Amino acid sequence: MTLRTRTLAWSTGLTGLLAVVLVISAGTGPVSIPPATVAKVLLSADPIPLGFEAPRTSRVIVLNVRLPRIVLAAFVGVALATAGTVMQGFFRNPMADPSIIGVSSGAAVGAVATIVLPFALPFGLELQAAAFLAAVLAAFGVYLIATQGGHTPTATLLLAGVAVQTFLGAIISLLLLHSGQSLRRVVYWLMGHLGGTTWDEVQVIAVALPPLFLVLLFYARDLNVLLLGEEQARGLGVEVERTKRILLAVSSVATAAAVAVTGVIGFVGLIVPHGMRLLVGPDHRILLPSSALAGASFLVATDTLARSGPAEIPVGIVTAALGAPFFLYLLRSREVTEL
Amino acid sequence: MSTDRAVSAEPLLTIDGLRVRLGGATVLNGVDTETDRGRFVGVVGPNGAGKTTLLRTVAGAIPPDAGHVAVDGQRIHGLSSKATSRLVASVPQDTTVAFEFDVRTLVEMGRNPHRSRFGRWTDADAAAVERALDRTDTHQFADRGVTTLSGGERQRVLLARALAQDAPLLLLDEPTGSLDINHQVRTLDLVSDLAAEGRTALAAIHDLDLAARYCDELLLISDGRVVAAGPPATVLTESAIRDAFDATAVVSENPVTGTVSVTALGDDEAPSGDRSDSVAPRPAGSGSDGSEP
Repeated sequence: MTLRTRTLAWSTGLTGLLAVVLVISAGTGPVSIPPATVAKVLLSADPIPLGFEAPRTSRVIVLNVRLPRIVLAAFVGVALATAGTVMQGFFRNPMADPSIIGVSSGAAVGAVATIVLPFALPFGLELQAAAFLAAVLAAFGVYLIATQGGHTPTATLLLAGVAVQTFLGAIISLLLLHSGQSLRRVVYWLMGHLGGTTWDEVQVIAVALPPLFLVLLFYARDLNVLLLGEEQARGLGVEVERTKRILLAVSSVATAAAVAVTGVIGFVGLIVPHGMRLLVGPDHRILLPSSALAGASFLVATDTLARSGPAEIPVGIVTAALGAPFFLYLLRSREVTEL
Repeated sequence: MSTDRAVSAEPLLTIDGLRVRLGGATVLNGVDTETDRGRFVGVVGPNGAGKTTLLRTVAGAIPPDAGHVAVDGQRIHGLSSKATSRLVASVPQDTTVAFEFDVRTLVEMGRNPHRSRFGRWTDADAAAVERALDRTDTHQFADRGVTTLSGGERQRVLLARALAQDAPLLLLDEPTGSLDINHQVRTLDLVSDLAAEGRTALAAIHDLDLAARYCDELLLISDGRVVAAGPPATVLTESAIRDAFDATAVVSENPVTGTVSVTALGDDEAPSGDRSDSVAPRPAGSGSDGSEP
């Protein structure tokens, strides 16, 4: 089978899986709606009015209450899994995840500062905008620290990222100590959540993410060559430093756009790429789309679990609680000795 | 194996006054050489002499402190990675590939220098990959994962990738280092044939006998300088080997291949007559510390 056929087959299969997960998720909640009804509601929705009739209450629940949250989960899943795939390939390090260069810590500082500080941030910044800006600033700062004379050694980048994350962690802890009344809100944000999503929040990431993903897809071949090491990549015609800058910038912005809306959702960007790499191999031309689709399904599924219990829990807890054992299972059964 | 080959007026590779410092130490200290098209040049010399550094500098991976490298009339160190990779193709010393790419995908990466980001895979790309697979006899495992191959097979795959690059200059760092005698001979035969077809090959080779047998010319490097250059028989003399390697050796003619054969002698085996000067200590700081920077 050629790569093109395999990519098409996996993409089709994973899109089907996403559709199934989406329908089940939209039917799950305090009011249970059968999948057939959900399907009818979705197919009669505005962009594609196929003339199906569905009960009005089901329509309202599915389209206005559950769907925004589900679609947001899908987009965030795509962003985190894609950025994770790129970071692991870029750093040639299996432990790299989307926040490796401080994006999540930056977002957390921005968000927590907005919640805790007694004064409003300048320019009347909303929490999400502050989180996004702080995330991008943190990544940019780490990049600047690690860059000397036009070169950014990945090992330096990794270490600078860890150091900056620790530093930002200290700031977050300090803010937490002085959070008083808003402690609960802060902790809730830090754990990662998708609750109370409106279509407005979906819009931003829905517009921003597809072009970023396309850029990464166009760099899939360079990512493959980079896996061989920087010197060989240079020998095979990859402009290594420029490619690194672009990959870092794009995946950092994608991650920032996700965590600014949802808070820190761990583990998706780590285990989804690993799982898919075991299934489809290391070639980024098939790995990137597969990881993106699998990441969407994974986050929609875990968020459905997070909200279907007696009391809703932050989805970050579910992704880690489910993801870690699954990852350990993969580790033991498939010998993850390399990326 | 040294046959007369077509020599065009312009040298393909010109190295002029090349000086390279790495981590504060001068590794190459004024290397000059010219190589014509279609020649197979072996770079020989003791550990730490600067063979690998020379190859990496010619490949554009290390910027020189002085001097320049020109391939096909173009100075390598002013060019983009893409332009360089169309002129120079390298086969690395370490053939480990940590990722489960299949062989064909890996060889196809050799076409990267010729493809634009949005460019499609062309018939010319496909033809170059097929030629490279044929030439290196790697067709039979084109669809296998590269991590399932033996060291010798991986070497041929990486050579295939370099061939797919269609660059006039081929660099090989210790191409026979980890191979058994059968694969050593097959690899060098292949490089020799490629040179006969018009490519120029520059290879760092440890085994002096093999270098003498397969290369058209040798470049003997010691302490970052070229101490001898030319046909193997003129380069590999007992005095040159004593100076460069600090070793006593007997140079004879191999009765089978008719090429130069070097037999290094231990202290006990050295002919007693010239023992005193053959084991004379070299000046301090001569840099034979066994590492290859």
